[in-house]
Amino acid sequence: MTPTVVLPVIIGGLYAAGVYLLLDRSLTRVLLGFLVLGNATNLLLLSTGGPPGLAPILGYAEAEEMSDPLPQALILTAIVITFGVAAFVLALIYRSWRLVRQEVVGVDEEDRRVARRSGTDADEMDPDQLAPEDRSAMHADTLAADRHVEAALERHFPGIPSDDVDLPQTGRGDR
Amino acid sequence: MIRVLTPLPVLLPLLGAATALLIGGRHPRAQRTASILVLSAVLAVSVTLLLLADAEGAAAVSVGGWPVPLGILLVVDRLSAMMLVVAGTVGLGVLVFAVGQGAADGDDETPVSIFHPTFLVLMAGVANAFLAGDLFNLYVGFEILLTASYVLLTLGGSAPRIRAGVTYIVVSLLSSLIFLAAIALVYASTGTVNMAQLAGRLADLPPGLQLLLQSMLLIAFCIKAAVFPLSAWLPDSYPTAPAPVTAVFAGLLTKVGVYSIIRTQTLLFPSGALDTVLMWAALATMVIGILGAVAQTDIRRILSFTLVSHIGYMVFGIALGTAAGLAGAIFYVVHHIAIQTTLFLVAGLIERLGGSTGVDRLGGLAKASPLLAVLFFVPAMNLAGIPPFSGFIGKLGLLEAGVAAGTWLPLTLVAGGVLTSLLTLVAMSRVWSRAFWRPAAQSPREDTFRAAAANAGPELASAPLPPADAAPSPDGAGPTAAVARGAGQPTAWARHTAVAMAIAPGIDGLGNEAEPQRPGRPLSRVMVGATAAMVAVTVALTGLAGPLYGIADRASADLRDRSPYLTAVFGGGEDVP
Repeated sequence: MTPTVVLPVIIGGLYAAGVYLLLDRSLTRVLLGFLVLGNATNLLLLSTGGPPGLAPILGYAEAEEMSDPLPQALILTAIVITFGVAAFVLALIYRSWRLVRQEVVGVDEEDRRVARRSGTDADEMDPDQLAPEDRSAMHADTLAADRHVEAALERHFPGIPSDDVDLPQTGRGDR
Repeated sequence: MIRVLTPLPVLLPLLGAATALLIGGRHPRAQRTASILVLSAVLAVSVTLLLLADAEGAAAVSVGGWPVPLGILLVVDRLSAMMLVVAGTVGLGVLVFAVGQGAADGDDETPVSIFHPTFLVLMAGVANAFLAGDLFNLYVGFEILLTASYVLLTLGGSAPRIRAGVTYIVVSLLSSLIFLAAIALVYASTGTVNMAQLAGRLADLPPGLQLLLQSMLLIAFCIKAAVFPLSAWLPDSYPTAPAPVTAVFAGLLTKVGVYSIIRTQTLLFPSGALDTVLMWAALATMVIGILGAVAQTDIRRILSFTLVSHIGYMVFGIALGTAAGLAGAIFYVVHHIAIQTTLFLVAGLIERLGGSTGVDRLGGLAKASPLLAVLFFVPAMNLAGIPPFSGFIGKLGLLEAGVAAGTWLPLTLVAGGVLTSLLTLVAMSRVWSRAFWRPAAQSPREDTFRAAAANAGPELASAPLPPADAAPSPDGAGPTAAVARGAGQPTAWARHTAVAMAIAPGIDGLGNEAEPQRPGRPLSRVMVGATAAMVAVTVALTGLAGPLYGIADRASADLRDRSPYLTAVFGGGEDVP
């Protein structure tokens, strides 16, 4: 048999295009990528059957002239599966469009939240996390005012109100 | 006998699914009964198969009576029979749980007319994958269970589930395509997809080609099994599904991938060419997975990450390739299917009782329901590997096998395994101490509200509002101090309330809308019963560890020997090329 370069090139091209589409954020493109990849794989399966021959039907062709029927059976199964899944994904895309008016791969919000998480409670602010020059008032060997600490905490945890609210201001410490 | 029984675990659920679909809309009761009966029958058949396979050895059934290398082949040996039994047990437990949930809630969470047939199809796919005797049939088994899982994961079609489902489906599709391409290449290079024939023919291929085929199959299976670099999809997609669905996914689906890795590594590529890569993957899976679990605050996400992490133990056992390592991996698969399913069912109960799965929002569950506390505590300790539970036995077997291997890489993995076990204990005890142990009043919401009220002091109500013109003097001294303090009180109150509101339900402290807290609902008796039965199963695994480990040992010897499988397929001395 003479090796043909056409099929491998087509298969390779389809794989490249399919992977490119699959990497997109838009679900429709992902689906198209999946279909292209599925066809590339089906062609790959087809090319495993060797050179083409006559239809593999007993009485129609001799055993030597037949093409290999097994890859064709595998492709048929794969096509059916691809078809069913593609229909399901289409329905999913439509549903996503109906619900949130977008058809892109969504973000896992809980994951983002865990990644961003920092102290949300005033009690979780640890003065030891402050730079040494900022944490004077918590240590007995200095005379700086509490509000310096407050200011430092405010710098390090912006947006979180202090819990040190019930004490009268000790404004005299730095005099 | 064994030839009659072998196709039944696939056939029965499929027929049951058709029946359930037909009678579904009009007779939900009959549908529930039918699906429970079908799965009970599957479980009975599987147990019989295990006993027969353990007594008589492996058997192969050629569906449709085609001669052996041609037709669809179902092979049952000790490993697949054991997996069938566990899958049947877990499936039945989850189904009863789902029935209880459906009966208690109506069909909002799990629309019965769709849920039952799909669930049965899923079980048929799982059984088909365990029994498949050729690669393409394994692919079909995977596709059956995956398609069913797409439906189950997006059940109800709410926005979070669609989002999670999309990730899951795209990743699964990709892995299926890699698998199919690998099958095509295997067929092109050997001319067969029958696994027993492949066992002989693959060894004759050039080593580079062998390595390519092996890595393609392994990548496809590792995506399904959620081995580390390919595991990111799992904690993203599993937690949003209804509790019974997550439970059965967590227990079974990843383990089908692990089962396929075992088959590929022992039957098709026994040379162990990629064992070192698998070891590194196992180490990364264990450690990174469990670090993820420690960072999470949602019970279901914690459990998803421990699921990923503990897959590493099984891959470790497989990568060792020794008889002890494989036996440990097989026992660990059995243990982990049962335990992970149970824990997800318990998480479903927690969500029901506490109205949330966030450990920050829960509290006082041990007092609210001591039974639930026991149901969580026992499997949690089992998962962490506290003696005498089966988790300890499985981990000990694997660690011993690693130490016996002796070189530095297995020893590193042993260290990683111990570390993972410890961190699992940390993750589990955090759930325990926050959701169960601390008084309900200490959950941050109530805590801060109360603290704010206490701090503002009883004087707040009685303190006279300062006159508008009486501005406090800058140094705060003199007779105006009391007035100044009185003026400070409302400010103090405002700031405290602000802190309290930051953690109040609805806002998650970063100013984002959080998941609204749902009111807790009482536990349904059937759900608790099903969960308790699953906990009993996990405890029974400890009691039955001796016989089970015996079967695992023999299964591992079979796998390393390969001849029982080949003899079963080819029938004795006749040597099919």
